Amino acid sequence: MNQLLLKYPEEIRQILAKYPADRKKSAVMPLIYLAQRESGFVTKQSIADIAEIAEISTTDVDSIIGFYTLFHDQQEGRYRVQVCTDLPCALRGADEFLRQLCENIGVKVGETTPDGAVTIEEVTCLAGCHRAPLFQVQGDGKITYHENQTVESAARVIAELQKHTAREVKP
Amino acid sequence: MSELWLLRHRDIPNLSSLEVYQAHGGFKALKKAVTSMQPVDVLNEVKSSGLRGRGGAGFPTGVKWSFLPNNLWPHYVVANADESEPGTFKDREILESNPYQFLEGLMLASFAVQANTAYVYLRGEFWQQAVDLDEKIAELEKAGLLGDHLFGTDYSLRLYTHLGAGAYICGEETALLESIEGNLGQPRLRPPFPAVAGLYARPTVINNVETLANVPLIIQHGAAWFRQVGTEKSPGVKIFSLSGCVKNPGNYELPLGTTFRHLIYELGGGISGGRRIKAIMAAGASSNLIIADDKALDCPMDYESVQNTLGAPLGSASVIILDESVNMSWLANKTTHFFRHESCGKCTPCREGTYWMNHIAHRLETDHASKDDIDLFEAVATQMQGKCLCALGEFSTMAVVSSIRQFRPDFEARVRS
Repeated sequence: MNQLLLKYPEEIRQILAKYPADRKKSAVMPLIYLAQRESGFVTKQSIADIAEIAEISTTDVDSIIGFYTLFHDQQEGRYRVQVCTDLPCALRGADEFLRQLCENIGVKVGETTPDGAVTIEEVTCLAGCHRAPLFQVQGDGKITYHENQTVESAARVIAELQKHTAREVKP
Repeated sequence: MSELWLLRHRDIPNLSSLEVYQAHGGFKALKKAVTSMQPVDVLNEVKSSGLRGRGGAGFPTGVKWSFLPNNLWPHYVVANADESEPGTFKDREILESNPYQFLEGLMLASFAVQANTAYVYLRGEFWQQAVDLDEKIAELEKAGLLGDHLFGTDYSLRLYTHLGAGAYICGEETALLESIEGNLGQPRLRPPFPAVAGLYARPTVINNVETLANVPLIIQHGAAWFRQVGTEKSPGVKIFSLSGCVKNPGNYELPLGTTFRHLIYELGGGISGGRRIKAIMAAGASSNLIIADDKALDCPMDYESVQNTLGAPLGSASVIILDESVNMSWLANKTTHFFRHESCGKCTPCREGTYWMNHIAHRLETDHASKDDIDLFEAVATQMQGKCLCALGEFSTMAVVSSIRQFRPDFEARVRS
């Protein structure tokens, strides 16, 4: 049974309606977003489900996941805190911001906090160069921007994400 | 100029609500076009306005539309909202604060080329903006401004959003089309051009968000009105994204032909920390480094002047300011890191070239470089030029070559003694 189709029949109908009937492959990106909405990454089962719906091979789905940075096939922190350190941000102190932030919460770039809540990542331009330092939070199927940040304000955002994760884990 | 054209939301509160947008003349241009103009009239008006693509290439928009053959159907229009060039954040402001003017422009472009389906391709990071656009599209359909038989005519149009997922290369128009088709976002070999074989191998127009936001104004007020500001060859206004070492970074809407000096010192407040300006990048990370002397500061920012006077493209007008504290070897490490990360891997000169350029840049930054590495760095960059499948590879060499040639002491200072 196609678990994805069982779980999100209406969403999938709407996705497929965006593209010509004989171009189901176009749905692969929105389907991957749908599949990683809850857990933050795409499971082997979901890859097979997506391939069936989009009428492509699982290798095709895998290659798309590998190509784009916002798609994930590995479980990391529930929230990914993605800090931009590209040139314009770096000119406004983004490298030092990231270094101090990592020191503050005790993880390195690419690592996850011990509670599994937050992974810190370094990313390329987020189109917010005038409000650097900035980061986005990817998680729960959303992306949220946090701009004009200080290490303190960023640490507060991360603490909130950790609190939120703890609440959901302990019912 | 007293009134803003594209950033009108700064003058008009809540312009992102349909009611307010309509109260300020919104969708009058669309109604006028669909009910009283022929598609070719809309196309010709945009052609006479001289509007040029605001995504970076500066190609005349009306001319681009006119390339679509009338014996191949259906036609598609795709709005490029993949804004990812380091230093560029203008389309984001339009999408967030003046979205209907962009959507109306997209609808006018669709009518002009008789497309019944149009897509908005947004970079994945613009998730919130995509959610908001979906809501606005539904609202337009409910209000009878979008959908079947527009204004009681035979013309029907549907708009859809398509969200990217973090890939700079998808701003390149053929990579963008591949991405919508569900393939890896890698550029196509051209010809054929998208105007003939674009989305799903059908004739397709791809326009930048800012470009499209100009179209309702041109249809409402006419090409002659549009030409009242800007220069003869670069008419109209442009949003300049100002970033880097300035006191007041941000978006500034100015007539094309405004000088760098005015942007940086009058509006941008000058250089932060009382330091002196060293160089300018006019087109984001894809730029040549321009030495910020009087000749550069007094150069008008339009497509011809910047290219002809300073030998650098204006591109998307993402103006990054570098002050005297910035070492250009450090800068080249930043830009090559970006392009190595964003190279799609399809063609060898770019995939390998960006890797090796960044490798050498990193060596310079970590005190492991010899004097020969500077020449090697320049040689790798120049060997890539003219050999890559798309502009990304070419762009990746711009900052490298121009900074080594103009600021060589910066690199020599990084060489292990």
